[in-house]
Amino acid sequence: MLGATGWFLDNAWLIPIIPGVAFALIILIGKRLPMQGSELGVASMAASLVLSVGAAYQWIQRVDDAGGHSEAGTLGLIAGFGRSLTAAQEEGAAYVQPVIRSWTWWESGGASFGYGQHIDGLAVMMLFLVAFISLLVQIYSLEYVRGDRRYTHFFAAITLFSAGMLVMVLGENMIQVILGWEIMGLCSFLLIGHWWEDEANSTAALKAFLTVRVGDIGLLVGTSVLFFGANDWTQENLGTSGFSIQGLSAWALSGEASETVLLWGAVALFIACIGKSGQFPLHTWLPDAMAGPTPVSSLLHSSTMVVAGVFLVARLYPVFWEAFSIPDVSVNFIVVIAGITIVISALLAFVQDDIKKVLAYSTVSQLGYMMLGLGAGAWLPAVFHIFTHAFFKCCLFLCAGSVSHSGSHHSFDMKRDMGGLAKKMPITAGAWIVATLALAGVFPLSGFFSKDEIIDNVGHNGYEVFMYIALFGAFLTAGYMTRATYLTFFGEPRGAAAHASALEAAGAASGRAGASPQNDASGHVPSPGGAADPALEEGRASAGQVGVSPLEDRGVGGLSSEEDDPADPALHGELATAGLAHADHGDAEHHGPHESPKLILIPVCILAFFALTAGFTNAVAFGEDWEQFKEYVEPIAEASDLEAAGAAPRASDLEAAGAASVRSGSSILNDASSHSVSSPAPVQEEGGEEEHASGCGYTAPEEGGICFFPAVSHAEFEWSKAALSLIVVGIGLVGSWFVCVALYSKRSRSLVGLTQRLAPARWGYNFLWNKYYLDHLYEQRIIRSIAHPIARGANWVNQNVIDGVVNGLGIGGRKTGGWVYRNIDQRVVDGAVNASGAAAGGTGHALQPVQSGKVNQYGALLFGAAAVFAIVLVIVNV
Amino acid sequence: METITDQNWLLSVGTFLPLVGVLVMMVIPRAEEQLHKLVTIVASGATLAVGIYTATQFDFDRANAMQFYVNEEWIEVIRSNYALGLDGISMPLYLLSMVITFLVAIYTWDNMPEAGNPKAFGILMLVLQVGLAGTFVAQDLVLFFVFFEVVLLPMYFMIGVWGGAQRQYASLKFFLYTMFGSALMLVSILALFFQTGGESFGFLHFLDVAGTLDRDVQVWIFAGFFVGFAVKVPMFPFHTWLPDAHTEAPTQGSVILAAIMLKLGTYGFVRIAIPFLPNGAREWAPVIGILAVIGIIYGALGCLAQTDMKRLIAFSSVAHMGFTMLGISTLTEFGINAAIFGMVAHGLITGMLFFVAGSVKHRYHTLEISRLGGLLVSMPRLGWILGFCAMASLGLPGLAGFWGEFPAILSAYQPGFGLSEELYRVLMVIAAVGTVFAAGYLLWLYQRTAFGEPKAEFAQPVHSVSAAVNQEHDDDDHHVELHDVNRIEWIAWTPILVAIVALGIYPKLLFDITDPAVSDLVARLGEHLQP
Repeated sequence: MLGATGWFLDNAWLIPIIPGVAFALIILIGKRLPMQGSELGVASMAASLVLSVGAAYQWIQRVDDAGGHSEAGTLGLIAGFGRSLTAAQEEGAAYVQPVIRSWTWWESGGASFGYGQHIDGLAVMMLFLVAFISLLVQIYSLEYVRGDRRYTHFFAAITLFSAGMLVMVLGENMIQVILGWEIMGLCSFLLIGHWWEDEANSTAALKAFLTVRVGDIGLLVGTSVLFFGANDWTQENLGTSGFSIQGLSAWALSGEASETVLLWGAVALFIACIGKSGQFPLHTWLPDAMAGPTPVSSLLHSSTMVVAGVFLVARLYPVFWEAFSIPDVSVNFIVVIAGITIVISALLAFVQDDIKKVLAYSTVSQLGYMMLGLGAGAWLPAVFHIFTHAFFKCCLFLCAGSVSHSGSHHSFDMKRDMGGLAKKMPITAGAWIVATLALAGVFPLSGFFSKDEIIDNVGHNGYEVFMYIALFGAFLTAGYMTRATYLTFFGEPRGAAAHASALEAAGAASGRAGASPQNDASGHVPSPGGAADPALEEGRASAGQVGVSPLEDRGVGGLSSEEDDPADPALHGELATAGLAHADHGDAEHHGPHESPKLILIPVCILAFFALTAGFTNAVAFGEDWEQFKEYVEPIAEASDLEAAGAAPRASDLEAAGAASVRSGSSILNDASSHSVSSPAPVQEEGGEEEHASGCGYTAPEEGGICFFPAVSHAEFEWSKAALSLIVVGIGLVGSWFVCVALYSKRSRSLVGLTQRLAPARWGYNFLWNKYYLDHLYEQRIIRSIAHPIARGANWVNQNVIDGVVNGLGIGGRKTGGWVYRNIDQRVVDGAVNASGAAAGGTGHALQPVQSGKVNQYGALLFGAAAVFAIVLVIVNV
Repeated sequence: METITDQNWLLSVGTFLPLVGVLVMMVIPRAEEQLHKLVTIVASGATLAVGIYTATQFDFDRANAMQFYVNEEWIEVIRSNYALGLDGISMPLYLLSMVITFLVAIYTWDNMPEAGNPKAFGILMLVLQVGLAGTFVAQDLVLFFVFFEVVLLPMYFMIGVWGGAQRQYASLKFFLYTMFGSALMLVSILALFFQTGGESFGFLHFLDVAGTLDRDVQVWIFAGFFVGFAVKVPMFPFHTWLPDAHTEAPTQGSVILAAIMLKLGTYGFVRIAIPFLPNGAREWAPVIGILAVIGIIYGALGCLAQTDMKRLIAFSSVAHMGFTMLGISTLTEFGINAAIFGMVAHGLITGMLFFVAGSVKHRYHTLEISRLGGLLVSMPRLGWILGFCAMASLGLPGLAGFWGEFPAILSAYQPGFGLSEELYRVLMVIAAVGTVFAAGYLLWLYQRTAFGEPKAEFAQPVHSVSAAVNQEHDDDDHHVELHDVNRIEWIAWTPILVAIVALGIYPKLLFDITDPAVSDLVARLGEHLQP
């Protein structure tokens, strides 16, 4: 019975606490430690990983137990906390209760609200993922940020970052989700702005925080809306508050939820996800966020931060399912946003020169896939895509970091400082290529199994249009990744990547060799320019020199020569190997491209391995036995039995809370008659596919039943459909490769300069280059108008109108006082004192030697006002 | 309302103990400057000790009862009694006033404002503390009014004598503006007294007879209280004294003003205006709600336009108190609990921000944002503390500010007693937008002051590029003008920083105390409301 749970599941709440404490320790004592605090960060992530693995193992046990000996498995554990109901068992297909624990966190209006853990398949998977990726990233960072001016601070922030995500992942209620969500916002601010001496970085940090914060309006509002919508129902039926994840899920599927409330709540929450997960139109912060150190980018883009939005939708899936009627329609808010995001960001990735920005837009696009899957009812593939994407995207970023660390002299500019690195950094290049193929979705790498499933299921669920959009997106993905791969690892070395060779050939290119060492982190390579060296210019022209084509140029012709960093092809024969050898045993860093040290390569290789294999955890293509993810992560959409649930635990150790559910049990069963234990999900009539056309999420649960997850359908895997997407990807890969070769190496006359010659191409290019002018809209129009004219206007009103009234009253009072004094006091009353004026004056004099006339009259007027008010009161009352 | 009279001397001692310090200081010659500072610290420390002892004796299970209740005859002719009591609503604020005054006294040890004269300064501070603590425990309207007004004089002098260049204008404006509100409030107090039969000024009496008044009468009486308290809060459009007063006040004055004095207004709403005049409150609630939300946005816009750091922080108070007032205006447990939490959180956070601003001014002799910059380079610890406070102030969960802000927004979704849901939901969304603005002006401030390199005029050889907030003290760098946070500052600030984190991580600490009293209050409101 208790075998179904275990220490790791019960104490999963420790997983975020450990890095949280580590953060505090790093801040307080980190600097005095031998490794300046980084050991604490790494150790805490390792500990979290161990606990996560333990929890995952026990969760698998739990699901197996539940499937095996039905009744026993479920009644055990959760009872202790009385929060959840045990599932009634049907042979092998019962809803497996999450392990929920909760403690009082705050209270209001007599109700208390908890913090705690909600551990189910999704949470366990994410816990493992976050801890695993964070650990690798931290190990990588040991080398990558070595010697950084804020080394300790970096580890503190990155540890807290992981803690934030972990808090959110196992959150039992929405407030906890908000907590984790905002902690990540804070850490992203700290880390993106890590090198805040440079204003561009701090601006990027600000932009990230504020953009996400705009979305957070939705989070606050959505949480409030859903809380008040659900609270009565959840209190009555589950004894939990309307913040509870489980409560909200059950409420949404109960059929009693108001559709309006659900819709508003879901829309608001989705706006928050748009901000966090970089969906159109709030995706603009993500590329700028590349200002942070590379490990941060990799963590931010793989398993934390941007995934948070997707995770929230997956977590509260019943709410979105019901609100947007996902099974019944062929278009909704989520898929539209996701579809737009996939395409526009993939297009943007084509015009980026910065390798990290390519990856950033790629992340945006992939998040679009996840959202698309969720929006179209493909819950499992979407969640699976979170899993696989984390590995290959993290790997790609770390490779990019490795390249800049050891290959391109801290530059991320593909066109200026990279090229041909495959020979010099074979391991990095290999990992990159594996991850790229995984991202593109090539069989049998991990991306194939998740992305193809999304595409397949989206079509299967009736969202055909979006299936084609997704296919188009897959084509684009293959294209831009090939371009990035080509520019980085193939072709001719340029700039910093060519540096070692340049040194070797000092005679030929002495001027350049002298200039190159001046490269700094900003990545600018002082190029001698073709014009400066006619010989080189010639060589370049004749030998098909690599250069930046005007096609991708900013439309400013002048830049072209600057970016055409000449790397004499002659240097690249045998000499290249010599250069490499030299760099290898030379005094490390500043000797041109070489392979990165072990601390960087090991995480990269581990990730590449997972990018290669992670897909097999849910390889639908190979039959049901391979669908581990489906079995352990996807909740089974069976209506649990409310009454049995209420009764059984109460018998054992559920007392107060159990009673609540029993009471609720009777109230929800309007006329609680006998009911079967749990209705097996009715089989859909058509086509013989085992799908639920009714059941959870389609019809309200039967009396006494309670659903926690909708019965999502799964498309049958067919090689014919998969073949289509593979062909599309193949065309993308090969086509892009040839274009790249033609454009960047052969400088084909028909392609080079196309954007200059052809007006539509030029317009399109400019449109993309300017990122659809969204940044312009936000920064120049909206923010500038708020920060400047509107704020100044408000301030002007404040100073001149509102304060003007006050000052005007003062001046008017003084003048009135003067008039009264001259005309009434002196002439009429003569000697009598204007009571209020004198009183105020007296006070004024006694107080402080200030110019007293003002005090006098000010006071007179104000007391006069009070007197008038008194009269009004008297008149009204009597 | 239930009363508990055990150990009822505690509140009187806690309230008036600072006067002992005042008496001692009167006999000490003015030249003994350090001694005066020491006496101020000891007196406020002893007061805090009494306050803490009071807290330990407080019966938390009955936080809705009026505890340590005293009710002695005072001015018989006007039927005013000397009545003091403490319940879950007043307790956090009562303690807050003691803590803040004590910490301000410590801070003064090293940071005496330029005009000097610690004797007068200390005396004023202690008298101020009497007024503040007294306001939070008074259970009689006349007594309340006396304490409420006692506060004005010391603050007037603090601004007027120790303030900045425009101090005379600012102090006068502060005094008269508040006085104007008080005058209207006095009229309402009298009206309330006579309308309820002229029997007593006691709070408990008013609670009993609340709701017997005619609705229109309640509305008019509420108007007087409204103006009186709204000026103090300050609510838009009665806020214009605040930026001036804050900008000109010495650091100590700003801290006390922000941390405690503004709360007199919100406390007045919760303690007096709303429970005594339920119908008046319900009629006025939408007005309060609308003005509160205008304040949130307007305050934020004001912040964005400021070029002076201290003035910016002052404007942010307008926005923050807007959240508090929005919570109050919903007349729900959620809202009022959030409001009280918000008062304490704002007191700690904004108080701390003013401390930091004061220390910046002390070192740079300017608060002009465009001249600052690179704080993190020249004084990393001060820079990080500023960042921490900015984060707390913009409502980051896990720090105290969040719990005053989010529940207030939440509560607006479903206001109490038949208030218009449509209206309040619009207010909710606008308030939520306000959180973005808050992030905007605070982070922008932070970017301009803390990030980047120090401006040329303040550039100095950097002796340490260390960054993390670290508890160790570098006392060897006192010879440099721009020394980082010093020991006295750490002593004065650490408790506040710890409290911000503690309340943020474990809000139950405070909700536990306030919730029973607030639930009672709202329940009584329901009983006394006329249809």
